[in-house]
Amino acid sequence: MQIYLPIAELSVNVFLFLGMGAGVGVLSGLFGVGGGFLMTPLLIFAGIPPAVAVATEANQIVASSVSGALAHWRRGNVDLKMGIVLLLGGIVGSTLGVWVFGLLQGLGQIDLVIRASYVVFLGIIGALMLIESLKAISRQRKPGGKRRKLHQHNWLHGLPFKMRFRRSKLYISALLPLSIGILVGILAAIMGVGGGFIMVPAMIYLLGMPTAMVVGTSLFQIIFVTANVTFLQAWQNQTVDIFLALLLLTGGVIGAQLGTRAGAKLPGEQLRSLLALIVLGVCARLAYELLARPDDLYSIGALVGHG
Amino acid sequence: MGRIGIVGLRLSLALMLAGLARPVFAQAVVADLSDHLIAVTTGFAGTKLLLFGAIEGDAADVVIVVRGPGEDIMVRRKERLGGIWINRHNLTFGGVPAFYRLASTEPPETLASNRILARHGIGLDHISMVQPTGANGDLPTFRAALIRGKQRLGLYPEENGQITLLGNRLFRSDIFFPSNVPTGTYNVTVYLLRNGKVISAQTTPLVVSKVGVGARVFAFAHSHSALYGIAALAMALFAGWFAGAVFKRA
Repeated sequence: MQIYLPIAELSVNVFLFLGMGAGVGVLSGLFGVGGGFLMTPLLIFAGIPPAVAVATEANQIVASSVSGALAHWRRGNVDLKMGIVLLLGGIVGSTLGVWVFGLLQGLGQIDLVIRASYVVFLGIIGALMLIESLKAISRQRKPGGKRRKLHQHNWLHGLPFKMRFRRSKLYISALLPLSIGILVGILAAIMGVGGGFIMVPAMIYLLGMPTAMVVGTSLFQIIFVTANVTFLQAWQNQTVDIFLALLLLTGGVIGAQLGTRAGAKLPGEQLRSLLALIVLGVCARLAYELLARPDDLYSIGALVGHG
Repeated sequence: MGRIGIVGLRLSLALMLAGLARPVFAQAVVADLSDHLIAVTTGFAGTKLLLFGAIEGDAADVVIVVRGPGEDIMVRRKERLGGIWINRHNLTFGGVPAFYRLASTEPPETLASNRILARHGIGLDHISMVQPTGANGDLPTFRAALIRGKQRLGLYPEENGQITLLGNRLFRSDIFFPSNVPTGTYNVTVYLLRNGKVISAQTTPLVVSKVGVGARVFAFAHSHSALYGIAALAMALFAGWFAGAVFKRA
């Protein structure tokens, strides 16, 4: 069954995109990741214009992070104060990001920047995850390994504008979460991701937040940052396709539930190394496209009148 | 820039009509489409129109050209920079038909000289468009790249369509439009050729338009973009809340 996407301006197979939504949904349920960093490249591979893929994926992430954040909120796992500081940075970053996005689109370099950002971030995250999970697997086999130090003091704790975050039991400079928020906001706008895969490690390792608070608080921030991206992309670049978003949402919601249930029964660390391999695979494919000589050195694009 | 293309087209049409008035060209062709509107609905997956017509007088060859609305196209060339392939040079062509499809009884290059084909814009090598100014020797390569790019999108089908001739008088041809057919006003021109000359031509308009829900969504997204953004958000927020509520109970 075909459906014509009015903003992407092409006709796609309904079941293919429902399936993609479900597939990424299963992964996000299994691993507790947003899935944007897999969905956006998949959409681009499937022929959706990168600008539409990025903006529409932001719209989908709003929905998936709302249901996640609500669940964490009920369990009291959201540090509202930390979330708001991250959010302030996120709003600044994503507004900046959407503006840069439009600028790069005009210069004809947006595809390159999207792909390059993915290669860099997927490469780093995939490699770190793989190393982490391989270490964890070997620790499981050899019990009695050293425990990581909970809290380390370094130059980051000497920064000004200190703030107390009671829920996270932290007394740190507000500049830290603020700058993490800005960085993640820029990434959200340019890459069409929630940014959880950057923010969660940053919150654990840079801020030293308790792990239980991290996911709920990052989801809280992601809702509003991706909402800002969706709104600005729709308003300034007209690149949000609600038909496409609905397809991905429907598949994603079902997939995430299946994934969550399956995740409880499967070995966690082996799964994590599998996800790392998937991430590295997507990264390699995108890197190949940047580095290999293209089949055709020339590309064409319509100059849009109102752009 | 699109205007120049239209003026050019009008001019060539006027010349053609002037040519028709001369008694030597008493030949005439009449043709029509099975439909003058292609409705791009939500379930649109490409379509097929039938063009049919009749030739008056002696046997002649028929060429049918479907031209989409003119648009400005930027052609970019990648260059290797620090190991990465990056867009470096670009040229913009004006009045480029968004869609171009040719059908003919014989391959056009066997029917007339390049000069004649170029004058009428018959064949992928002769599509009339506004060439960029200030371009150097790169122009032909960029132009060829434009055609290739359009072909990759399926908008300039490489294979010529078939025309069925019945008793050297009646002809018919199926014209296929892919699912990504651009919207706008098209011109379907039927040329009658004999002895290397275009002896008659007739142009029929065709409108490709989004209709139904998709059309309204597109119009709304462009006319009230801020409101559209809020609507998209409301949908996502509701969907997220709804999914959470349903699966919490389950």
